[in-house]
Amino acid sequence: MTGTQAPEPMAARAEEVWKVYGKAEAQVVALRGVSATFGRGRFTAIMGPSGSGKSTLMHCLAGLDTVTRGTVHIGGTEVTGLNDKAMTKLRRDRVGFIFQQFNLLPTLTAAENIRLPLDIAGRKPDPQWWDTVIETVGLQDRLKHRPAQLSGGQQQRVACARALISRPDVIFADEPTGNLDSKSGAEVLSFLRDSVREHGQTIVMVTHDPVAASYTDRVIFLADGAIVHELANPTPETVLEAMKSGEVLV
Amino acid sequence: MLRATLKSLLGRKLRLVLSGLAVVLGVMFVAGAFVVTDTLGRSFDQLFATAFEGTDVGVSAKPKIEVSEMEGEQVASTLPAAAVQQVRNVQGVKSATGVVNSDGARVIGSDGKVLAGTGPPRLGENWVGTDDLLQLREGRGPTADDEIAVNALIAKQGKLKIGDKVGVLTLEPKKMFTLVGIWGYAGDKDSIGGSQEVAFTEPVAQKLMIGRTGEFNMINVKAADGVTPEQLRDRIAATIGAGYDVKTGDQLAEDNAAGLKEFLGFFNKILLGFASVALFVGIFLILNTFSIIIAQRTKELAMMRALGASRRQVIGSVLLEAVVIGLVAALLGLGAGVGVGAALGQFFASLNDGFEMATVGVPLSAVVSSLLVGVLVTVVAALLPALRASRISPVAAMQDVATPDRPLTKVSVAGAVVGATGGTLLAIGLYGSGGLWLILGGVLVCFIGIALLTPLISRPVVALLGRLFSWSVPGRLGRLNSGRNPRRTAITAAALMVGIALVTGVTVVMDSAKKSLAAQAEDTIRAQVIIGGDQNGPRPPTFDPAVIDKTAQIAGVRGAAGIWQDQAKINGELTYVTATKDLAVLGDAFGGLQLSPLKDDQMAVSTQQLTEKGWKVGDTVSVQLSHGDERRYTITESYDEDAMVGGYQVPFAAAKDFGIPQPVFGFVRLTDGTTVDQVLPAIKALVADSPEVSATDRTTFIQDQLADLDTIITMVQVLLALAILIAVLGVVNTLALSVLERTRELGLLRAVGLSRGQTMRMVTVEAVVISVFGALLGVAVGSGLGAAVVRALKDDGIDQLVLPWGGMGTYLVLAALVGVLAAVLPSIKAARLNVLAAIAHD
Repeated sequence: MTGTQAPEPMAARAEEVWKVYGKAEAQVVALRGVSATFGRGRFTAIMGPSGSGKSTLMHCLAGLDTVTRGTVHIGGTEVTGLNDKAMTKLRRDRVGFIFQQFNLLPTLTAAENIRLPLDIAGRKPDPQWWDTVIETVGLQDRLKHRPAQLSGGQQQRVACARALISRPDVIFADEPTGNLDSKSGAEVLSFLRDSVREHGQTIVMVTHDPVAASYTDRVIFLADGAIVHELANPTPETVLEAMKSGEVLV
Repeated sequence: MLRATLKSLLGRKLRLVLSGLAVVLGVMFVAGAFVVTDTLGRSFDQLFATAFEGTDVGVSAKPKIEVSEMEGEQVASTLPAAAVQQVRNVQGVKSATGVVNSDGARVIGSDGKVLAGTGPPRLGENWVGTDDLLQLREGRGPTADDEIAVNALIAKQGKLKIGDKVGVLTLEPKKMFTLVGIWGYAGDKDSIGGSQEVAFTEPVAQKLMIGRTGEFNMINVKAADGVTPEQLRDRIAATIGAGYDVKTGDQLAEDNAAGLKEFLGFFNKILLGFASVALFVGIFLILNTFSIIIAQRTKELAMMRALGASRRQVIGSVLLEAVVIGLVAALLGLGAGVGVGAALGQFFASLNDGFEMATVGVPLSAVVSSLLVGVLVTVVAALLPALRASRISPVAAMQDVATPDRPLTKVSVAGAVVGATGGTLLAIGLYGSGGLWLILGGVLVCFIGIALLTPLISRPVVALLGRLFSWSVPGRLGRLNSGRNPRRTAITAAALMVGIALVTGVTVVMDSAKKSLAAQAEDTIRAQVIIGGDQNGPRPPTFDPAVIDKTAQIAGVRGAAGIWQDQAKINGELTYVTATKDLAVLGDAFGGLQLSPLKDDQMAVSTQQLTEKGWKVGDTVSVQLSHGDERRYTITESYDEDAMVGGYQVPFAAAKDFGIPQPVFGFVRLTDGTTVDQVLPAIKALVADSPEVSATDRTTFIQDQLADLDTIITMVQVLLALAILIAVLGVVNTLALSVLERTRELGLLRAVGLSRGQTMRMVTVEAVVISVFGALLGVAVGSGLGAAVVRALKDDGIDQLVLPWGGMGTYLVLAALVGVLAAVLPSIKAARLNVLAAIAHD
């Protein structure tokens, strides 16, 4: 992504996405014709009970999983139908990931972990952006540490920095606070929200925590493989409300 | 517990297959060794049973010098024609035939080359007519002195037909004969066990094969009806006296087979030795696999402990696993070993035209040793991991324990202690009174010590090696991965070290020996031209003594001396003696020594032998040669053995009693100012009639003499290839497990954009780093061991240390290649990981 490129209105888009596992009688339909757009510079939460298809949707959006029917776009590129090589390149250059389990490489230092996607691509980090990211996540004095020497919150902040450093079209976060205590979780969430507000980053986050969802601009509720509700500018209360109402919880 | 164990065994098939494979290969070697020894042994039994079918009793003169097959060629004494008559008169003898039957008749084929004879004898015989066994196929037996008959094998190999003029080399130089008969054997065989046989008329056979007319090698006795061979044997023995060996045909067959079986036993030991190395390396592999499996099963085992399983039960469960793997692998290895044994037997048979192999059998020894070795090796290797498993606390079931990297202090101290012990054993073995076993034990203990130290060494070395690959991201990640678990890397590399260290060590010793001996020979031998042939056969090729006399007359030749060599017993001790026409000429021609000719009751002994035996000039010693009676010689002179041929010089008159009464070498010294090229063609022309003998310049001669050392190196390399192969399996195993363990990490890397190719490269770099590390260790340890041996052999004349840089470089390059190969499957597996499943992987 460079500033000279014409801005795309949408960072990611799913159109009539179906995902079916298995065949014949053992068939499980995880997504039934889901269509959603994720605007550039927006922070979106995907919520829903276990088995609602929220993780599947994210995996399909991120190019980690293939769709059975329908199309997925990231930026201006259609993801569906790309081969492994192109998909890998897309992930490397245009998508960022944050996982529940942090998934840092234990052999690399914090700085090396952050730089990893750029190193793999053979690119150098923009020094200014590097400083900004490091400063925002507050890891200046932890850069030479290995993951084992960092707390869970610090590890997740390293993971966030890793996702941000390549300025991807979109960052997918899968329960990023699931393994953190509430204080560390809050830190990570504010940091994600700030990166959206201040740097125009697009983030799509799967969560089941109403508090985490309240940091976002918009919440999409999934149930039984379909979008059942949407909520703009959520607060913990409105999210909880929506979850309690029978139409969301099937 | 039993069911849980078996279930978990089945759950981890791949890992078990890999570690089991090491046992399979090792056991295969063991079983193969036993099977081939047994099969060939029975083949020899059959062979000699056939050969002595027509002999009820055989009478031969007791050999003057008893030598086993391993020590050298035994020369049977000959017996006079009068003895044949004496036996004929014994009651119950149907017939008694004097037989000439000596090894060393070399037939020249129609292409002018001596027929190859690798193992089976090349017998020269007197024609005694046909019988149940021997059947003429064409022509007739020889009746004139210039006629011969040959067996069908010779006729086929040499493309000879009746009426051909055929050259035969015997004790005497080439003689021409007319081929008048070709015979075969009962059962339409061309030969008995691949022996080449030539029959002459009796006097010619005696002259050419024994050197004296009127004498025989053996009396072949047939019993009259109603007399058993045993009865006849006892009667003949009582009549003929103590100077003869009287044996039944069965005994003779057994004795002859026993001689060859001694060789087989030796061959068996060598194979078993290399099998041990392979199994020793296998132990590393199994130990590693079990350690990793147990580390991965920590939670499961802890849960079992929490559920009330005792420590003993945990150990039992792991060891039971080992027994099952060992047993299955041993059975597979046994099966494969039977195949290998059969193949080796076939190979041997194919080397010897006409050799009939017995049906392949599986001796009990093969089954017992295979199962024992397979199970024992696996259980020993699993012992440490089992103990470690039993120390897992039940709490581990509840916690998410990343197995902490245990400090290396303990293992390093242990390694230092074990290594030092091994070094001491080795030193005592090399310098002290110790023998081969102490040296081998020392080397083994050294290896274990070094293996224990390897984790410590691996950190800096692997880091350094990895730098080579750090220019790319996959390379750097691979390097970091290889340094991640020093113990695992170390054991994997140590397994590779063993094989490479042994190969390097042997090469160092052999190359050093070669260089030292060559240098000494160049230094001490003054002779510029040497006449001689290939010394590898049972009998060295000989030539006409007249060649030496004629050489001496060539212009530019300062002196030419031929030497005769034989085994002898001096004061009862077996050794080699040398004779020459004129010791003064030999001393000058060979090493520039000034010696006086020997009188018939004098001998010269090297100062080295005098010191060793505690004799001095003026002493008298008794000497028994292959033929003739024991004689006494006075030592009249001593000389430096390095500048002379052999340690004992007997007078020329004694040479007629040598087993080979013909010269085997000739040493020619030229006058100053004469070049080798000026005289060599003339000398070559003189030996043209002896196709097995050539005249060469000094350097070529020395290189030819030392060529055997190269053969030893090649043999060791081939046999140790198995140990190295098992070590490679270890690398594959370690990598496969690493890939499995790091599934989630790989998933992450793939998610953030590492391509398949990059993933494969990362795994490959890890493999290459481990392999090259192992090879480096091996080369270093092997050089050290080799240097230690060379140092210890200094007094035996090996005074130069040669490090085979080229060879060592090759091993390193090969190790890198091996790493790449070992990484193929694991890296494909890593690259094919489903990113999504990998990330979700627990």
